[in-house]
Amino acid sequence: MTRPEVNSDLNRGASLIDATPKQQRNTLALWLSRLEGPQTLGSGRWFWLTLALAVLAAVIYPLFVDGWTVGNTAYFLVWTFMAMGLGVIWGYAGSLSFGQTAFFGLAGYGYGVLTLNFGAAYGFTLLALALSVGLAALLAVVLGYFMFYGRVQGVFIGIVTLSVTLVFQAFMAQTAGPEWAIGAARLNGFNGMSGMPPLTIPWPGGDVLLYADIALYYVLLGLMLVVYLGLRMLLNAPFGNVLVAIRENPERAEMLGYDVRRYQLLGFVLGGALAGLSGVLYTAWGQYITPSSMSITAAALPVIWVAFGGRKDVTATLIGTLVMIFLYQWLTIYGSQYAIVVMGVILVLTVLFAPEGIVLSLMRWISARLASTGGRP
Amino acid sequence: MILRTNGLCKRFGGVHVARNIDFGIEAGEIHCLIGPNGAGKSSLFRLILGAHRPDSGSILFKDEDVTHLPSFARIRKGMSVKFQVPGIFKDLSVRQNLVISFQHHLHGHDLEATIQRVLAFAGLEGLEDKAAGTLSHGRQQWLEIGMAVGVEPKLLLLDEPTAGMSPEETRQTGEMLRSLSAQGVTILAVEHDMSFVQQIADRVTVLHFGEIFAQGSVAEIISHPGVADIYLGASDE
Repeated sequence: MTRPEVNSDLNRGASLIDATPKQQRNTLALWLSRLEGPQTLGSGRWFWLTLALAVLAAVIYPLFVDGWTVGNTAYFLVWTFMAMGLGVIWGYAGSLSFGQTAFFGLAGYGYGVLTLNFGAAYGFTLLALALSVGLAALLAVVLGYFMFYGRVQGVFIGIVTLSVTLVFQAFMAQTAGPEWAIGAARLNGFNGMSGMPPLTIPWPGGDVLLYADIALYYVLLGLMLVVYLGLRMLLNAPFGNVLVAIRENPERAEMLGYDVRRYQLLGFVLGGALAGLSGVLYTAWGQYITPSSMSITAAALPVIWVAFGGRKDVTATLIGTLVMIFLYQWLTIYGSQYAIVVMGVILVLTVLFAPEGIVLSLMRWISARLASTGGRP
Repeated sequence: MILRTNGLCKRFGGVHVARNIDFGIEAGEIHCLIGPNGAGKSSLFRLILGAHRPDSGSILFKDEDVTHLPSFARIRKGMSVKFQVPGIFKDLSVRQNLVISFQHHLHGHDLEATIQRVLAFAGLEGLEDKAAGTLSHGRQQWLEIGMAVGVEPKLLLLDEPTAGMSPEETRQTGEMLRSLSAQGVTILAVEHDMSFVQQIADRVTVLHFGEIFAQGSVAEIISHPGVADIYLGASDE
């Protein structure tokens, strides 16, 4: 074994601490540089070229299919925000949560109540979207505060969050009577709420109504890209480093001077807000929301998508989620109730053969191949 | 004095792990905490860190009462710790371990410069992209010492820094600590290995059944007849 020169630096009398003033850096350039980093897979020319091609394909895709199919594909995009949010909470910060559907449902119902009462004029649906996502974030703050500051850890986070989701579902399911109304909005028990307006963008000469069609598809595609790239930057920033440190070794993270509970709470709120965004988009997409959006099946599905994709990487989570939702719908059409059984089997196979996630394992395999053949710049 | 405890008491059920401990560390010294197994060394260590809360008594760090501060806040005030079992992020690269340790205080160029200095200091040059868990045991220990000293702690707390090291690694670790001390870092080390204590310590505190049994220079402690009985006697078991 070669002996390391332990003292080489010290013999020169150098201090461990460098006192040169902090370099000023262009903030935008700094954030853009974080599109690549240790917490996200994918870097270099080939990765970004592939992504650009995928985006281009998604942009021209509506030219080749009918409006209904495009609207159905928009439905797939709706769920990606909730999945990426779970990726932050579970994959990056290490807390398995079944609570995403509670935030999803709360924001969905929030959007319904607001728009059924106040309509869609003057761009109110966009304000309702923001308020509903804020409501979901607020629930995440309260729930997360009691969990993390109450030192709830590990599997108990899953139990608490699942309980909250199911209690919320049970509560909404018994609101069938006429006494359960908020203003003009009847909650309608198990049949759920419907008839709320779609997202409406105010436009001179006539508002643009985003029904489940091409326009909504483009809005969702753009939103998904913004959230995906934003998360890449955030996860490669110091914030993301701390989340990963907490996942890997929470005691060490605390003993490096990080307020672990605060970071866990921030990650949980970010993930919850993204689930809320999915909830609003879902409600606006189909103009309905029912308590079954918060059922035990609904609560389990995001966990399956994220596990299948690869929870520790936002790209793998995104791809895995889109694949799984497509597969789930296809199975539902051709195999009806067996779809959920197949989902369970996929989860078991993932845990057994690729515990880091099937998409993530594939991505790592491909990037290793590219590196070994010199295909990567 | 950089750290002082006044009448510190802690019990777990019927076991007193700390009884009325008045203990102090002078700025700039290397202070070793020794004693037989179960003497309360680790408990005192964890009380100072804030991982345990005392039943009574107080802890002053840089003349400020930190008794009720959580661990992370004490770290922010200038404490730094290295655990017995390497407390590193094993699945992350050496570089990531260092980035996470220093990003509080340092950014950009300063962060990079410090990482390079610590890599050199801890003998880890060329290994920065390796997963930390694949390093040899001794290097994992050095990495953790590097993580603990990169942001200039006022007080470095070490729990058995040489546990599981070869004699050569132990000797090098001793040199590492002496040179840190020469740079003005105060060090408190819990240690079993008496020859290592002789190599590094300025002052030694002996704990026994949760109480301070003796305190003094290495020579004083070694010649103390009672210490030989409790400490060396126990270690012969």
